[in-house]
Amino acid sequence: MKAPDFDYLRPGTLAEAIAILSEHEGEAQPLAGGQSLMPMMNFRVAAPAVLVDLSALSELRGITRTDTSVRIGAMTRYRELADWANICTDLPLIAVALPHIAHDAIRNRGTIGGSLALADAAAEMPALMLALGATIELMGPNGTRHVPADDFFQGFYDTACEADELIVAVDIPLAPEAKFGFHELVQRHGDYAMAGVAIKATSLAPLSGLRIAFFGVSDRALRVPALEAALDGTSGDEAAIAAALPALEAIEFEGDLKVSAKTRAHYAGVALKRALAEMLA
Amino acid sequence: MSKTKDISLTVNGEVLTANVPVRMNLVDFLRHEAGLTGSHVGCEHGVCGACTIEVNSDTVRGCLMLAVQADGATVTTIEGLADSGRSAALIAAFTRRNALQCGFCTPGMLASAIAYVEGGGIADKQAIRDHISGNYCRCTGYQSVVDAIHDVVTEGASA
Repeated sequence: MKAPDFDYLRPGTLAEAIAILSEHEGEAQPLAGGQSLMPMMNFRVAAPAVLVDLSALSELRGITRTDTSVRIGAMTRYRELADWANICTDLPLIAVALPHIAHDAIRNRGTIGGSLALADAAAEMPALMLALGATIELMGPNGTRHVPADDFFQGFYDTACEADELIVAVDIPLAPEAKFGFHELVQRHGDYAMAGVAIKATSLAPLSGLRIAFFGVSDRALRVPALEAALDGTSGDEAAIAAALPALEAIEFEGDLKVSAKTRAHYAGVALKRALAEMLA
Repeated sequence: MSKTKDISLTVNGEVLTANVPVRMNLVDFLRHEAGLTGSHVGCEHGVCGACTIEVNSDTVRGCLMLAVQADGATVTTIEGLADSGRSAALIAAFTRRNALQCGFCTPGMLASAIAYVEGGGIADKQAIRDHISGNYCRCTGYQSVVDAIHDVVTEGASA
């Protein structure tokens, strides 16, 4: 189908964009890369009265590295992330996950900020931010605020970002000593995951400082503190994983046309086992 | 009555100006307004890849981009890729390998394949499969498509 009609605005500055969002009180929808929003509009699941194209906002672009973190502008496309010279050394988890995020032509348009703002439960980027302990920088009419990824994803397509706020950037702490794991189960390469996991550990023998974020399992990307605690201090071998797996029951697994909730719960365990096995190999 | 906006863009080397409904997606503009019907419209939600085109040298889904977003952009459709000769080796390989039956997916498949070949893709069938995973073909079962792309990469390496 085709998208229903709307007003189209392309503000030239961040301040102007936020003023438009404030003025339209929830009727305006920011357009980033459009790789999720456009399908939703074509399906008529989304029907914003005003579409606010963020493509002219230079404030939302660019990747900046300091001694302690990497700041990625919200309108940075997946393609630009993949092409960034330091991606493999500074953000190895994202480097490993990127080829799994949709397809080449989608990655050429899709943005990190767009994915986080939409917060699709099956998308990789929210889980990556959780695993990496990222901070999300928001700007609204009352200025800037910084929200840890742990507090950002609040439910089904629901985030801490208010209707009159925009994601400006994400800040990811550098962790040169950390180890990372990633695995997702899909029907076709690049499709939304039936279950997936992203892992950060500060050390492997024994496992410690674990941040384990699941996606494609419930209403949002999420960590399971009891699972992290159960694996912490273990070798991550088969017995340790078997002992920790019951902690996954804390997740309210969701079923859909493709996969039942029960199968999804099983897949989450499979993804975890495979990701850990790869990390420890 | 749809809201409209004036746009100007370069399509296959030619500057086009038009007043378009803001809700019109880019591939519909190319097909219906510019008369370039080589790009096909399949699913309209970014899954099938039949509408794959090039915008500012990157392959994109023509159904997931509005025509107004292409204001000022340089667009190359399958017609432009053929006219410039960029798709010649792939077209020859697709023909030789019988890599199409109905042909509906072929323009998008070729556009994706060109990005792979020109982007330095390697002669590895799994890597080729991963790259074209965003393009559906309901006739060939992909084997012949993968073989055709593999041929072109191999030819390029030996050329």
